[in-house]
Parts: sequence; structure tokens; C-alpha cells
Amino acid sequence: MQNIILLAYLGAAVLFILGMKRLQSPATARAGNRLAAIGMLIAVAATLLLQRILSPVEMIAGFVVGAAVGLLLARRVAMTSMPELVAVFNGFGGLASALVAGGEIARYLSVEAGGGAVAQAAQSMTALTPLDVPAAITVVLCILIGTITFSGSFVAFGKLGGHLSGNPVSFPGMRVLTVLVTLGALGAGGYLIYGAGGSFAAMDMQAIMWGSLALGLLSLVLGILLVIPIGGADMPVVVALLNAYSGLAAAATGFMLDNTALIVSGALVGASGLILTSIMCEAMNRSLLNVLLGGFGGDSDGGGPAVEGARPDLTVQETSVEDVAIQLTYAEQVIVVPGYGMAVAQAQHQVRELSDMLQAQGVTVKYAIHPVAGRMPGHMNVLLAEADVPYDQLYEMDDINNEFGMTDVSLVIGANDVVNPSARTDKASPIYGMPILDVDRSSTVVVLKRSLRPGYSGIDNMLFYHDNTQMLFGDAKDSLSKLVAAVKNL
Amino acid sequence: MLSNLVIFILAAFIGFELISKVPQTLHTPLMSGTNAISGITIVGALVATGMIESPWAKWIGFAALVVATINVVGGFLVTDRMLQMFKPKRRDSKEPSSNAA
Repeated sequence: MQNIILLAYLGAAVLFILGMKRLQSPATARAGNRLAAIGMLIAVAATLLLQRILSPVEMIAGFVVGAAVGLLLARRVAMTSMPELVAVFNGFGGLASALVAGGEIARYLSVEAGGGAVAQAAQSMTALTPLDVPAAITVVLCILIGTITFSGSFVAFGKLGGHLSGNPVSFPGMRVLTVLVTLGALGAGGYLIYGAGGSFAAMDMQAIMWGSLALGLLSLVLGILLVIPIGGADMPVVVALLNAYSGLAAAATGFMLDNTALIVSGALVGASGLILTSIMCEAMNRSLLNVLLGGFGGDSDGGGPAVEGARPDLTVQETSVEDVAIQLTYAEQVIVVPGYGMAVAQAQHQVRELSDMLQAQGVTVKYAIHPVAGRMPGHMNVLLAEADVPYDQLYEMDDINNEFGMTDVSLVIGANDVVNPSARTDKASPIYGMPILDVDRSSTVVVLKRSLRPGYSGIDNMLFYHDNTQMLFGDAKDSLSKLVAAVKNL
Repeated sequence: MLSNLVIFILAAFIGFELISKVPQTLHTPLMSGTNAISGITIVGALVATGMIESPWAKWIGFAALVVATINVVGGFLVTDRMLQMFKPKRRDSKEPSSNAA
């Protein structure tokens, strides 16, 4: 029996790997996701069928409730809110791991209370062995990582969804408090481990119970303390990192339950989250430590300076819709640089309409996507895909940067820091060294923007004052609708 | 314990290999998809819910089962919803030729 269940877990792990492999191309990705889902189904079915399941009613109820909530969330969510949803799912994943560890603790406590766990021990998979020190360490890791993932993810959710201020939150003594809470959590974990023993008689149940409760509470606080000081602009990194944590929490659960399916899947997810985290950090030219210490960037339009911008000594060229329409129509190649401002204005459909019309006129239209263009890795691509932009028109930064020199018009829509040439030239700039899209190398740059207000990072953008840059002020959606109409009339 | 560690490390290497080849275009679905995979904790939740000898373990396991199911079902569905939007260039939009002035 047990061999069959282990083989089923192996099959599930293989399907996860194959599914992730198919995510390497948009053409096969959907099939890959289905493979992974089938793998999950196999793992669940094997657990249900081959273990002697004793309370099917609760189990079915749990499935129905969870599936209904999951279905509702997945159907309802707007694509712009995807980062929030992923944060919430991460949080639930972490919580599930922590709860499973809590369930294990409760089983040990029931032994002391004279429960029937000894009878349970006859069953191979669910046998309760005494909690020795290595096993106690896995329980501690499981509670610690799982709970931090849970509370951290919900803070990230609040920041991303605007329920909490996106500005970095800090107060005097916060770092000290964080260190103290960390030490407290480690102490509680140590107390739990101290309660472990080689036999049931040698275990100190009081230490295990109070240690795990204190550990859970302190980890909950720690998750909040770790994420609130991080600014809104850095949330993509945080979401990616929490994704890694949720994987590590699942792996820790696997170590605790001695279950290979959980270990393999957790390791895969952890690796994935870490890679995405490092990609995002590189794209912002910041170290992970620098991001985690926080305090960088706030809400996009949060009380920035006046419309005049920070450099009243320099002048900008303002342009008109008609003028831009003519330039676009007579261009050979146009590169669209979308930023999160475009998504906020919900202008992606107008962008696609405009590019369709230009393409019908023989203009080559490409989209340049900076890795941090959205609010999570790859977010902009999803938003454009939703607006029916074919994915083969989307180019990554390294693939398109050589093309700006051959481009007639670059259309910057709601992007700011990612096209700021100061990152290349101004050593004093906080974003110096950050890889950017070299739009300033194209013949003309048209920037669609509400005002000269600086972006997320709060840094003035010298691009706006360049000779080849023209500003088209106004709401992105409104300007684009007018542009579509103007191109139509030409 | 040691063999589990071996499995963990090897799986992490496979993960690094696989994921580093995923294009930026698919990073959001990748995240929500792997997120659903991390809901494999559901297996652990099932085991815990099956423990009738301890009501505490059972109800904690039940809560774990609910949140893990949200994670798994929601994660796979939303990933599918995103991926179905990714389409290659439509047949009718012909490759543009330069007729610029």
C-alpha cells in the first residue's frame, strides 16, 4: 500500500516538473499548467484513497469550501489586481503549512491527554513517532516560515490593493523591535525543541505546547514587521520573495511529515521564487538586503511636487494629438513603452487599437517591456495579453535596446523611471546603474503623462527635457482615444 | 532525514534549471502556477484532518485543508485564465512592409 502511495507522489512530482518545463513557451504553457494540476489531483487522490481516511464528511466540506472560495477569487479578479491575488494565495499556502504543523503538535498533546494515538500508530503513513530533536527542528521551521509567509503576504496584499498605505511605514525603534521579536521567536523555537525527546515519556509537552504557541504569535508579528517598512515600488520583489517562502514552507512541511511530494514541490517553488526575486532586484539595480531594509518609494501619485516639475529652469516641448498622429503614421518603426501608469488608466485596449491601425498602415509596432514594468514580474505582459496584443510583439529589454537607434517614434505611456537616462549618465542619481530602456536613442520620444511629476522612486526624469522628447499631457486613456481618432482621420 | 535533504537539494537544482529558461512574458503565470503547486501542503492537511483521535488536530487540519484548497484550486484556475489570453500574432495582420514617407 505504502509503495503505491509513494509512486503516486513520484508521479505527481514528475508532472509538476514537466508542467513547469512547458511554461518555457507561451504556446505550451496552458497545457503545462494543466499537467501540474493533474499532478496535484493524483497526489490528493492517492492520499485519500490509500490512507485510511476516517472522517470523510469534514474532508468533503473542506474541499467544497476551499474550492468555492478559490474558484470565486480566480474568476473575479481583475488582471490589474493579479499581484494582490498572488499575495493572498501565497499567504494561504504559508498558513496551511503552519496549520499542518499545529495539527501535528495537537496530536502529540493528545498523547499526553491519553488519546488513542497509540492505536493510530499501527497505520504506516500516519504513525505518530516521538518528536525527537531533528523532527522538532522541522516543526519549528514549518511554523516560522509558514506564519511569516502568511502575515507578510497579507501586509503585501494590503499595500498592493491600497488598503494600507504604500508608503514605507516605520517608527522609532522599529529595527530594534524587529530584532527583539526575531530573538523571541528563535527562543520560542528553542523552547519547543527543548521539549523534544526520544520517547513519549521523555517529551516535555508543556514546553512543546507553549513553545509552539509563542513561536506562532511571534512569527505572525515578525511577518508584519518585515513587510511594512518596504515601499510600494518594491512590492514586486516582496511578492516574489514571499512566493519563495511559501515553497520553503511546503518543503519544511514535507520534512516534518517525511513526505517526498511536499519536499520536491516545495523545492521547485522555492527555487522559482528565488530566481524571480533576483531578476527583479537586478532590474532595479538593488540588492535584496537593500530592498528588505526598506524605506524606498511610496504611492505613485502620493503628494508629489507640483505640475511644473522639479526643474523650472529647463523647458519641455509640449505636443498635440494631431502632431503625434502624423508622426506615428509616417514612421517606419514605432516602439511602445508601457508602464504601470497605462494599466492604472486601463488604457491597454486603446494602445492595442492604435497599434492595430498603425500596423494596417504598414508601420512596424513593437512593445518594449521592462522587467519592472508592472507590479509583479511579467505583469505588464499579462495586461497586454488581456488586451489581445499578440505575445510575439512583446520584447524584453535586452532584445529591444539595440533597436531604439533605428526607431522613429518611441511612445512612452505611463512609464517613468525605467526610461530615465540618468540611470546611465548621472552617478549621483539614486537609480544610477539600473538597467533602462534606451528610448532617448530613438529619433523622437513622445511621452504620454499626466504631469511632470516624478515616478515611484521620486526622481526627476531628465528625458522630459531632451531635445527629441515631446510631452503629450493628459490622461493616458483619453489621449490614446484621441490619437486613435486622429490617426483614423488622416 | 538525510535522504530527504538530498531530494530537496536535487529538486531545487531542477527548479533553478527549469525556471531560468522561462521567458519574462510568462513570469506572472509562472508565479501563480508555482504558487498553486506549493499548495501541495494539502496532502499534509488531508492527513491531519483524518486524525479522529484528537479533535484539535482534526479541526486545525480542517482549517489547513480549506486554505490549501483555496490555494490549489484558485491558483491553477487563475493561471489557466491568464494563459488562455496569450495568443500569437493573428493570421490576418500581415507582416508590415515599409511604405513610410
